Amino acid sequence: MAGFLARRLLNSLVLVAVAASLAYLLAAAALDPRSNYADRTPRPPAAVVDAQLTALNLNDRTPLIQRYATWAAGVLHGDFGRSVTGSPVGDDLRRRAGVTFRLVLLGLVFGSLAGVAAGALAAIGQYGWFDRLSAGLSFVVLAVPVVVLANMLILAGTWANERLLGHQVFLVSGEYSDGLDAGFWGRAVDRLQHLLLPTVSLSLGLVAVFSRYQRNMMLDVLGADYVRTARAKGLSRRAALVRHALRTALIPVVTYFAFTFGVLLTGATFTEKIFGWHGLGEQLIDSIFTNDVNTVAAVSVLAAVAVLCASLAADLLHAALDPRVRAG
Amino acid sequence: MTPEPATPPLPTAPVLQVRDLDVRFGDVHAVRGVGYEVRRGEVLGIVGESGSGKSVSSAAVMGLLPRGARVTGSVRLHGRELIGARDRELDALRGRTMSMVFQDPMSALTPVYRVGDQIAEAVRVHQRVTKEQALVRAVALLDLVGIPHPAQRALAFPHEFSGGMRQRVVIAMAIANDPDVIICDEPTTALDVTVQAQILEVLKTAQRETGAAIVMITHDLGVVAGFADRVMVMYAGRPVEVGGVDDVYYRPRMPYTVGLLGAVPRIDRDGRRPLTPIEGSPPAPAALPPGCSFAPRCALRAPACDEAEPPLFDVGPGHRAACLRWEETGPPSAAAPGVAGVPATRVRPEEPVLRVEGLVKHYPLLKGTLFRRRIGTVQAVAGVSFDLRRGETLGLVGESGCGKTTTLMEILELAAPQQGRIVVLGRDTAGLGAAGRKAVRRDMQVVFQDPLASLDPRMTVHDIIAEPLRTHGAGHPARRVRELLDLVGLAPAHAERHPQDFSGGQRQRIGIARALALEPRLLVLDEPVSALDVSVRAGVINLLAELKSRLGLSYLFVAHDLAVVRHIADRVAVMYLGRIAEIGAVDAVYDAPAHPYTRALLSAIPLPDPARERTRARILLEGDLPSPAHPPSGCRFRTRCPKFRSELTDDERARCVGDEPVVRPLAGPAGGRGANHGGDDHGGDDHGGDDHGGHDHGVACHHARRLDVL
Repeated sequence: MAGFLARRLLNSLVLVAVAASLAYLLAAAALDPRSNYADRTPRPPAAVVDAQLTALNLNDRTPLIQRYATWAAGVLHGDFGRSVTGSPVGDDLRRRAGVTFRLVLLGLVFGSLAGVAAGALAAIGQYGWFDRLSAGLSFVVLAVPVVVLANMLILAGTWANERLLGHQVFLVSGEYSDGLDAGFWGRAVDRLQHLLLPTVSLSLGLVAVFSRYQRNMMLDVLGADYVRTARAKGLSRRAALVRHALRTALIPVVTYFAFTFGVLLTGATFTEKIFGWHGLGEQLIDSIFTNDVNTVAAVSVLAAVAVLCASLAADLLHAALDPRVRAG
Repeated sequence: MTPEPATPPLPTAPVLQVRDLDVRFGDVHAVRGVGYEVRRGEVLGIVGESGSGKSVSSAAVMGLLPRGARVTGSVRLHGRELIGARDRELDALRGRTMSMVFQDPMSALTPVYRVGDQIAEAVRVHQRVTKEQALVRAVALLDLVGIPHPAQRALAFPHEFSGGMRQRVVIAMAIANDPDVIICDEPTTALDVTVQAQILEVLKTAQRETGAAIVMITHDLGVVAGFADRVMVMYAGRPVEVGGVDDVYYRPRMPYTVGLLGAVPRIDRDGRRPLTPIEGSPPAPAALPPGCSFAPRCALRAPACDEAEPPLFDVGPGHRAACLRWEETGPPSAAAPGVAGVPATRVRPEEPVLRVEGLVKHYPLLKGTLFRRRIGTVQAVAGVSFDLRRGETLGLVGESGCGKTTTLMEILELAAPQQGRIVVLGRDTAGLGAAGRKAVRRDMQVVFQDPLASLDPRMTVHDIIAEPLRTHGAGHPARRVRELLDLVGLAPAHAERHPQDFSGGQRQRIGIARALALEPRLLVLDEPVSALDVSVRAGVINLLAELKSRLGLSYLFVAHDLAVVRHIADRVAVMYLGRIAEIGAVDAVYDAPAHPYTRALLSAIPLPDPARERTRARILLEGDLPSPAHPPSGCRFRTRCPKFRSELTDDERARCVGDEPVVRPLAGPAGGRGANHGGDDHGGDDHGGDDHGGHDHGVACHHARRLDVL
């Protein structure tokens, strides 16, 4: 098992390096930071622009391979270079990664757990009312774009605040209220209030996807002979379903779970934008607009690392659920 | 095994009593009025074809039917009513008082739990013991069902076990709590015959240990003949004949039972007489005929049969049959002389249509995902030689994993084999181009095992049969399609329908018609009847025999069922682990098998003859087939060979270990000693069964000796 993981880790490192290099090369070749200076009035002299770009390692007159070497050497020392405005990329990245992480984690855990439970229940009562209801709702959620869904949630939240609850329960903008002085618990509650709606917005989509996936996996094993064997042993229906059917049906879903995490880190852009959280997704889009090669590359590296960490986590989870992996 | 009376006196009260059991799924009436009882230590066999309701009725007894099923009637376990009982009560009984062994051992165990834990779980559900105590019990149970190194194997996962071993585990689970009733639903159907014999022994042990009553459900009349005390025959959801084994087998009173017994090819009878098939196929449970459900297929049908379903008449002591004309019904008469009328010993024809010499097929065993590397070789076929001559049928038999299907696929591919030579109709496959291959395919056609999967469901029967004609540019397929349908016993009107509108036997007839469309000379048949029910199988076997003599075909017939092969083949080649163990004329091999493996194989096949089954001595093979990736040195069979284990001297054994035997012709009459190695140690592979001394019988064993086991 340890050998297996070590091999996977090594593979992952190689893949991260390849993915990061490709991301940098693509960003450096496609984006044009020089154009940022073209619209300035007064227009800065060419020599100044060149000097400035060279200082930031963004000068397109330096050969690409040389810029890449400079960048890669920096990354190896933990330095992701500077953005077009001259501020270090790393600091900004760290802060925003934290924001996104806090946003995504709860939504992912809640969404996937609820999705798995809903899918398993739907499969057990195949063609029953719950199955049909969850199928219908899933397809509605999948069909509605996140933008619409999130805005509807905001509308519903503010309506509920005003009409139902009488005070602000759902807070719809930002990560926390600025300048709130309410002690540790007060601040925690405030953060939670801010988290509620974005978490729901993220989870809904995940529940929809996970419940469909889990339902199919579960249906595959429900008719399996070993579930019948378990019942013939004298296990109750519930015990047989949980211990023998669900346990086996979870294995493929776990892999999916881990990858969803990796993808969500940069994929929750709409949710971030709409709820005013300044996370990685927002940063990626902004940096593409400002031709910020180093930031684009840094976010890509982070995404690659996240996906591969997630795949490593998937392997661990897989091994936890399926002891055959550990033994073999 | 000592002979015992077929129906011992059973004074005790029944353990399990089933009455008027009815199961409906929506409009489908799957089980209709099943009733039986079993006493302690008694074995009841329930025999029926697919769709007869035998498995559904047993699942109903266990309370394991899906929720949509409506069950009525009465099931009493120790006098306690189970139909309508609460789930919790049933959970407490299942696995403790009554337990079950299922058909498919490959999927009956949860793949992610260790075998020992799964048995221990069965113990812990019903007994208040610690985890350790349960595991100790699990190991003891594994030992009881004959798993070597039980303490170590308890830690293994199901995928590390072979099918036979897994079935032992399932049996261990079933007897974990000392049940009073064990229901076995086709426990050996998915297994090879030698493994089947082992599992039946394990079941006997299990019964001895627990004293339980056993309900044995099977479609194989042979399996219950020697095992059961009483038999219940089911047809279309109803019991049609019930009685002691001897009564039912020797004095059947229901025409369906008579038909079943007549339709089974027998390994102990030579196949020169045709089987007596039952016309038609079983009715769909949704569309039962008005009167006796067997009437449409019955030879003794009278007008009264269509009026009402006959009840079970008492036809003898403890023997009941559901037939109005039971008095006129009797055991199958010795069949009329065969159509073929071929003398048993005859000279082999001269012209070879297929010649295989030293055929080898190895598959690489790969490991790793990104960087695949070869870690071994699976020797699927390791030097097989035989020839097939015009008008002959060669049966290629063996258990799963012996390489018979690989051999067949290599022949069908018509490409140069890895090693050796394949000559089809005089043309070496190594020298064939695309056009040559197409030309040979015209003369060599194939019939596959699964008649549903091998026919395109979107094509009509006409299109299916006409396709080879069109491919090879024949002019007017319509007339030929009609001819072919007529040839295989289907009506011309069937041409417009799709494969799913037909029963299994009819589908296989369509497959045969398609294969015959181009008037081939050689037909390769891959288990053509193993997916068919007994009553239908006989019809297809007879059809194949008739077509062969009418059209002068040669058959290469691959099968695992030795009885079918005996019935249809002229010559037989027994394969073991990629090599031919014994080859020769059918009667020579079956009547006097010289290879220990052939002997074990033949002795493992149960006969539908209770008295003989009870007295027959079985040669039980130990263990499982070795992995073809690591075959034993020398003789491949030596690790399981009973002769090697107990009869040979050390010198003789050394030869088996060090020296791989090749097929050599046996000389002399039955009972004589086989041809020995003699002087040359490097004799190349003999293409088995040459006409040395006019005696067609070759065997790959250093210590071959002919013996009759049947």
